[in-house]
Amino acid sequence: MDGLLEQMTAELEKIRAAGGSVAVERHTSRGKALPRQRIDALLDEGSPFLELSPLAGMGLYGADDVPAGGLVTGIGLIHGNLVAIVANDATVKGGTYYPITVKKHLRLQEIAAACRLPCLYLVDSGGANLPRQADVFPDRDHFGRIFFNQARMSAAGIPQIAVVLGSCTAGGAYMPAMADESVVVKGNGTIFLGGPPLVRAATGAVVTAEELGGAALHCTTSGVIDHFAQDEPHALTITRNIFANLNLRHMHNTPTTAATSSSSSSSRPAYDPDWQEPLYDPVELRGAVPSDSKAPWDVRGVLGRILDGSRFEEFKSNYGKTLVTGFGTLYGQPVGVVANNGVLFSEAALKGAHFIQLCGQRKIPLLFLQNITGFMVGKKYEAGGIAKDGAKMVMAVANAKVPKVTVIIGGSFGAGNYGMCGRAYSPSFMYMWPNARISVMGGEQAAGVLAQVEADKAARKGGSWPAEEEAAFRKKIMDRYDSEGSPYFASARLWDDGVIDPADTRRVVGMSLAAALNAPTEDSTYGVFRM
Amino acid sequence: GRSLHHGRPRPALRKLLVANRGEIACRVLTTARRLGIPTVAVFSEADRQAKFVALADEAFCIGPPPARESYLRGDVILGVAKKTGADAIHPGYGFLSENAAFSEACAAAGIAFVGPPAAAIRSMGDKSQAKAIMSAAGVPVVPGYHGEEQEQARLEAEAEVVGFPLLVKAVSGGGGKGMKLATQRSELSNAIASARREAAASFGDDRLLLERYITRPRHVEVQVMGDKHGTALYLFDRDCSVQRRHQKIIEEAPAPGLPAEFHAHIGEAAVRAARAVGYESAGTVEFIVDVDTQDFYFMEMNTRLQVEHPVTEAITGLDLVELQLRVAAGERLPLAQADLAAAGPRGHSFEARLYAENTRRQFLPGAGKVLRWRTPAAAQQFDHTAAIRVDSGVSEGDTVGTNYDPMIAKIVTHGPDREAALALLRQALAETQVAGLPTNLGFLQDLAAHPAFAVDLDLDTGFIERHRSSLLPLDESVAPEVAALAGALWGKLAAAAAAGNEGSGSRGGAMAAWDAGDSKRLWHKLEQKLPVRLAESEQQMELAVTYDSGSSFEVVVAPGQPPVSVQHLTLAGDEWSAEVSGQRLAGQALMHSHAGEQVLSLWLQGKCFEFRRSVPTWSKDANATASHGQLTSPMPGKVVKLLVAESDEVTKGQPLLVIEAMKMEHTLSAHADGVVQGLAGLHVGTQVEDGQVLLYIGKAAAGGRDGEAAAAVGAAA
Repeated sequence: MDGLLEQMTAELEKIRAAGGSVAVERHTSRGKALPRQRIDALLDEGSPFLELSPLAGMGLYGADDVPAGGLVTGIGLIHGNLVAIVANDATVKGGTYYPITVKKHLRLQEIAAACRLPCLYLVDSGGANLPRQADVFPDRDHFGRIFFNQARMSAAGIPQIAVVLGSCTAGGAYMPAMADESVVVKGNGTIFLGGPPLVRAATGAVVTAEELGGAALHCTTSGVIDHFAQDEPHALTITRNIFANLNLRHMHNTPTTAATSSSSSSSRPAYDPDWQEPLYDPVELRGAVPSDSKAPWDVRGVLGRILDGSRFEEFKSNYGKTLVTGFGTLYGQPVGVVANNGVLFSEAALKGAHFIQLCGQRKIPLLFLQNITGFMVGKKYEAGGIAKDGAKMVMAVANAKVPKVTVIIGGSFGAGNYGMCGRAYSPSFMYMWPNARISVMGGEQAAGVLAQVEADKAARKGGSWPAEEEAAFRKKIMDRYDSEGSPYFASARLWDDGVIDPADTRRVVGMSLAAALNAPTEDSTYGVFRM
Repeated sequence: GRSLHHGRPRPALRKLLVANRGEIACRVLTTARRLGIPTVAVFSEADRQAKFVALADEAFCIGPPPARESYLRGDVILGVAKKTGADAIHPGYGFLSENAAFSEACAAAGIAFVGPPAAAIRSMGDKSQAKAIMSAAGVPVVPGYHGEEQEQARLEAEAEVVGFPLLVKAVSGGGGKGMKLATQRSELSNAIASARREAAASFGDDRLLLERYITRPRHVEVQVMGDKHGTALYLFDRDCSVQRRHQKIIEEAPAPGLPAEFHAHIGEAAVRAARAVGYESAGTVEFIVDVDTQDFYFMEMNTRLQVEHPVTEAITGLDLVELQLRVAAGERLPLAQADLAAAGPRGHSFEARLYAENTRRQFLPGAGKVLRWRTPAAAQQFDHTAAIRVDSGVSEGDTVGTNYDPMIAKIVTHGPDREAALALLRQALAETQVAGLPTNLGFLQDLAAHPAFAVDLDLDTGFIERHRSSLLPLDESVAPEVAALAGALWGKLAAAAAAGNEGSGSRGGAMAAWDAGDSKRLWHKLEQKLPVRLAESEQQMELAVTYDSGSSFEVVVAPGQPPVSVQHLTLAGDEWSAEVSGQRLAGQALMHSHAGEQVLSLWLQGKCFEFRRSVPTWSKDANATASHGQLTSPMPGKVVKLLVAESDEVTKGQPLLVIEAMKMEHTLSAHADGVVQGLAGLHVGTQVEDGQVLLYIGKAAAGGRDGEAAAAVGAAA
């Protein structure tokens, strides 16, 4: 694990260096700060920043490098309130939107909408990346969806705040225009549908960017922007003041303590104000996973380094033992845990479905710890109806409307990924450990299956398949599965919300649950369970 | 016995009104209570919440904050005395204490004025008359001219007789006001003109006197006490040579390093002076002592209880206020000079005056809200028998220096000898904590530890000026460990404050994961740049604080230096502890704001370190011009002269306005060529705060458009 952590730390350091020293120097020489610095300055003193998906875009566009997808997203505290933040990185391709940039922006908005978090857009972007317009502009989940989301969230009473710290061109101009309240920086901030080059091409008129869409124009004449900032620190100060006036407390469902919540009609579960740190240091999670991926290990050791006081009230401990279920608390917040401890059998799937329903009934958030090679295969198990038992678990997971956080702490293969609340099941947040592997099945198994198909093909043609060819074939498949199953590959494509240091698991899950619990928990209803 | 009241009946006073405020009002009220005399306080609208008001049995508001509308309103105060049945008024020091007319008015109303008769006040208040009386009584006086003829030519001629260097002083002056030095003939006419102007403005009397200026003068004064039965005593002497801006800062009794005969001679001369004016009650005869010859000359007599009377109380075991009250009640002084002389002074005593002031800005008076005020654990208040005594009228939350005298407290110590008393003073100062406003506490500490003061007795009124470079070093810096601690505490205190403000400290439902206040980042650590400056020396530092966790930090104090590690930092209220580079340290800290700056006061091992960080302000006006040329007030005060108008073109160095603060006029000049802007709202009489923006000096005539440069940047973006 140490090697994986070092590698990840080094990769992310490169990513934080953004567009490189030349671009950064050019950027800062204009009195502009880097996106993470802007966020650091905006957040409350002492506030954490839960940065999401920093690996986005890694290796997606060949030689075209887009560190962090050209966009920093995450959640932090401003005036004590959780805020979802999107910050363009103008040092990366001028802050233009690549397909992954759009996907990352939309994912943050998705989280904000689900958690009812106010949105803050720190705009410094040239708009859509023109050479890639076909993958950015027209489809449902493309650029236009950003403004659709702004409109819908605003309608839902989720504040939308935009700060124009640089260019804000064409479609980008809608980001502040669609905001509830907006700020622009004198000199650096410009907003127009068509920039000076387009105006010149279209009308022949020569105008400066400042005349066309500068801060003074928009604050005094057009009314597109509400607040005029003298410089970037001023803009960030105004922004903080805006958040002080959101009157967010009225929409907050402040959780009640166990002592005071007598009413069962409360949409929030009670929490334990006297929670304690785990007895075992979460840092030890770095050593939780054996280096031999085939060696079995007990997931309870992980739970002991995540849950409050290392206390876990196990449910159905003697039944379906390859799935560990039970209750604990995280920072006082009750949580239901569903964790793999081996391959899923029918009993384990039934137990999982039962437990997930319990949590849905009791409105207890769910934590899924995935380390799953899949459902058990074989004649006996198919005959035993493992498919319908797996389906019950999937049915329960898909419909339980409690906050869910999924962490892949080992493998995530096949239908096990579904039953354990993989990305397709819209967990509120999903993270991976650096050692995680994700694919439809293991590389070895896939190579075996495909080699069998090839061998059968060769046999049908009456020939035989030379052993060295088969070996090469198998290796090709395994290499491909190996690279595509890596957390870098997955996170680059936003199959998760980020790769986390195992030592941070408790904290990240805690912060994620708190964010998810910012929205009221709905009642859960289920479809037809195949019996 | 140390206390005279044991076994003595209470003075025959029905009720005592204290016509003063702050520390001295508390001082007088405390003794009156101890003696069983019912008390009445009077207070201005600014002092409603003051400590002395609560200390009195009855209290009455007598008017608005300006002293002339409240504490100087003798008629109103006498009205309160009549209404409450008070038959004695103690005037404290300052205000009405040396006002002969008020003393007479008291007498006319049948109320005992706790102080000397009006005639004594009057003759000692007139410097020329006082010197004439003293000369006649055989008290040595400084060569000078004290005549009625005030023509310029006559003054210049007399100056030749007196000799240079000489002082030009207002006849009715005091406390350094209306006093100018002419070191040579060429400076004389300016000095006369300037002194005359100040004298006329301050006292309504522009008569001047001339006096020989003694190059190495020591200020030694004698405490005298008289009763209505002809007794006049001296209660030993005090040395008040250490002064800044002609005002005392540290006093001691008895005056050190002088032979026994000197003490007797100067004491006897003081008694002669007191007898010459039929003195009653407590008074002080001030002398100039020529360090080189040990000759002493009468300077003036203060016909009141002095600020520094506690040092005399310490070495005599007497409560001077009690004696004053007994004398006012017509009692005889209960002791004789022979007894005092036989016993001699008991040990040695120091008083350090803690002021709100800017020691590094020519000791200009400061002002502000006292956000923290802690006195030594062993300190007693208003107790003349205590080894450590802190007399103060200030409580945490009070504002000091805005309306009245900027003194915060008097820290008094008493020991068997000078060395012991001084060691105790150093200890008491180290245990004193004050924050929220600039003070001279650190300066007092340096002074009390200075070898020239502590050991060499290099005492004269030029002490501070002579030792300025060692007392106020220009390049004073803090240890990297202290700066690192400040960097770590900065975020910690701010996070604690933020948690308090947002009520986020006690949220449940997993919000605790957000509320740890540790600036958690994933896969890296937050590094924050913290540009601060040391308040004392103006030293700038750019601290780089890396958050390892909520309680451990790595702080780079200067670029290129290895980080200092601050670990196990805990904060409980204002108490912190930490391991800095492995050394365990503990102390207190407070974060507050002052004049647009964030301030961290950090107490460690008896010293206070103050780090400041400017908090920029901006205008949201789209047409706002750059705020570069702002002129701020260097101190709290009142605008007395406005020399320019809005839109006036000014040149660098041109005087713009005059501010008066604490007896001094300060002219503020243009720091650049330009046009005066933003003057609106400022007029003669406006009260201004320390650091307040008074006006802007904008660029003369609009050059190129500001927008163009910005547009170029925008186009390139």
